[in-house]
Amino acid sequence: MKLTRIALATALAVGLATPAMAELVFPSLSYRTGPYAPNGIPFADGYSDYFTLINERDGGIEGVKIDNPECETGYNTTKGVECYESTKGLGSLVYQPLSTGITYQLIPKATADKVPIHSMGYGRTSAANGKVFEYIFNYPGTYWDAASIIVKYIMSEEGGDISGKKLALVYHNSAYGKEPIRTLEKLSEKHGFSLTLLPVDHPGQEQKATWLQVRRDRPDYVIMWGWGVMNQVAIKEAASIRFPMDHFIGVWWSASENDVLPAGDGADGYKAITFHGVGDDFPIYADLKKHVYDTGKAAGDGTNAGTVLYNRGMVAAMWAVEAARTAMTIHDTKDITPAMMRDGMEALNVDEARLEELGLPGFTVPVKVSCANHGGPGLGAIQQWDAKAKKWSLITDYIPADREVVDPLIEEDSAAYAKEANITPRTCE
Amino acid sequence: MFYREAGEFKTSYKADQATFPIRFDRIFFWSVTAFAFLVVPFLINDYWEKAVFIPFMVFALAALGLNILTGYCGQVSLGTGGFMAVGAYACYKLMTAFPDLNMVPIIFLSGAVTAAVGILFGLPSLRIKGFYLAVATLAAQFFLVWLFNKVPWFYNYSATGQITAPERTVFGFAVTGAAAQPATTYLFCLAFLFVFAWVARNLVRGRIGRSWMAIRDMDIAAEIIGVNPLRTKLSAFAVSSFYIGMAGALFFALWQGAAEVTEAFGINQSFMVLFMIIIGGLGSIFGSLVGAAFMVLLPVLFKNIFVGAFGWPTDLSQYLQLMLVGGLIIFFLIVEPHGIAALWRTTKEKLRLWPFPH
Repeated sequence: MKLTRIALATALAVGLATPAMAELVFPSLSYRTGPYAPNGIPFADGYSDYFTLINERDGGIEGVKIDNPECETGYNTTKGVECYESTKGLGSLVYQPLSTGITYQLIPKATADKVPIHSMGYGRTSAANGKVFEYIFNYPGTYWDAASIIVKYIMSEEGGDISGKKLALVYHNSAYGKEPIRTLEKLSEKHGFSLTLLPVDHPGQEQKATWLQVRRDRPDYVIMWGWGVMNQVAIKEAASIRFPMDHFIGVWWSASENDVLPAGDGADGYKAITFHGVGDDFPIYADLKKHVYDTGKAAGDGTNAGTVLYNRGMVAAMWAVEAARTAMTIHDTKDITPAMMRDGMEALNVDEARLEELGLPGFTVPVKVSCANHGGPGLGAIQQWDAKAKKWSLITDYIPADREVVDPLIEEDSAAYAKEANITPRTCE
Repeated sequence: MFYREAGEFKTSYKADQATFPIRFDRIFFWSVTAFAFLVVPFLINDYWEKAVFIPFMVFALAALGLNILTGYCGQVSLGTGGFMAVGAYACYKLMTAFPDLNMVPIIFLSGAVTAAVGILFGLPSLRIKGFYLAVATLAAQFFLVWLFNKVPWFYNYSATGQITAPERTVFGFAVTGAAAQPATTYLFCLAFLFVFAWVARNLVRGRIGRSWMAIRDMDIAAEIIGVNPLRTKLSAFAVSSFYIGMAGALFFALWQGAAEVTEAFGINQSFMVLFMIIIGGLGSIFGSLVGAAFMVLLPVLFKNIFVGAFGWPTDLSQYLQLMLVGGLIIFFLIVEPHGIAALWRTTKEKLRLWPFPH
């Protein structure tokens, strides 16, 4: 009798503790455990801290508070689906799963539930075609953009001609790592370089055989599509076989401090592509310090501020907030639904002036999304690691992708999906 | 008290051999079944479907399959993940090659394909036993995963190696794809689990099951009394793989909707199913179901308590939940090394005498 009463009281207390007011829900499908945690934690912290800043400094988006429930996926698709189903009912406005596998899983579900997904620079590349993928966005760039930009950069390094050169792709043997293969194959036909594919199985702690092969084949450049512990191991292995680091280029997911620091001085000169600025030399950090860090509201242990992936989490949150603002303007309401959020994302326009207003001048590429183009501008810059100073620095301007190779591939793959899923592509005026 | 047997007399062999000889058990079983078939479909939503019921039923089916092989026939197998992958890829190939085919035969055929592969990988069991056989099946696990990752024909040459289940129907109701209603997929899985648990229960107490158990208990003695080891062992591999293949097909088509072989069907999956039958109880149908429930539902329950009710950080809850589930596994195995099914059996014996133990 007594026990039931206690249970009842607890249940009531829990029920009362959660505030019942209109909120904008941005769930965070994060991973703070498992082999991908070194990369998952800074991203999740940046994502959450930006929302906290908006709540603390501005009192929410146009006065409506943001709720940012977290759900641990462990980079595992099964748990990702569980997280999606458990947070869907909260009125979640947009999902950013930070996993290509989970994105693939959620594309049909979210489309049926009319909830937008923003797979920022990951996920299914052909989702850039907004005519087929109405609810899926992957601005500001796709894997295929990244692959073509890296090849362009290599060409500029080699004086414009890379025919006969040997390129090797070290990739995570999953949907994520396999994404760039088709583009690289097309590019190798176009430019006449040879391509070697070197898969690394999950989670990527064992790469001796891979790097033995690199040592034997001596490719001119190694490109990497890695994630989690795989990145650190690959960079360490490359350093141990004395592969020239400035000929080793990673995608934007293989480019954080956590990936290069374990290799120490050996990682000096390692390059990677990126679509946003590095460091904490932006006006917004003063606000973050005042409203978030100093008030003890920072997510996680608060040590990640200014790191590459923290900045990336922040940029993801920034675009989400701006899209919500756009949606409020379009629909003239503050109580937006996921479908309205989608309209906001499709009309998103964050140019340099807007970035300046947000305290992020020159922080990232200007993004303008349209009905047909969900993939954004497709720009990327090359950054290089300085092991002495322990920091990244940008060594090029933003380079545009090779559209004449990427666009037909997107068209082809999205058409295949439309056929498979019985979708009639919409017309965009 | 609860199990009052007074007055229950068996007057025929049939009654004496019933699966549930005690009336209370029988009533309980049928009411649970009726509840599962008639009430749950009206209450179910997406979350309960995708996070609770379908995972439980898929793994229950896989655990039943592995229990037939390991628990009843004594052949240790670490290839469950690989065999589930065979089921899933067979299902995918059949779904895309015959778009008009009903899902029921597709699931059966996936099971049949897996059974054939299972027989092939069961051949070494004729010469090797115990841990050595476990290593041979481990080879199956790695080989099959490698194969599905390597040969593009299996994933229809898709760019990423992902397989995605298109929408397919049964009697006009969508059971796969995003448009499938929770109640439909739930009933579809439940029907498979119900029928095949029934079949398994009756297989293991008949001639075939007895020959499996004879081989398990002492294969030389079994051979001497006329049990053919070739036929017995391979039939165990075939039936077991059939179940696991169906589980893999349901895993891919109904639950996940998309899968990627290295992640979905890795060695973890093999261990997970093996742990289910060890914790549930080797050589017990009830044990397979309880083991699956234990391994699938406890993490979800803990997560909902820690994060949902207490609002703790997600990483803390994740670590705590790993420790708790691990601790509970050790606790149950110390209390009853033969699994939860044996624990339940003992409890039942006690309840039958309660409140007068002597």
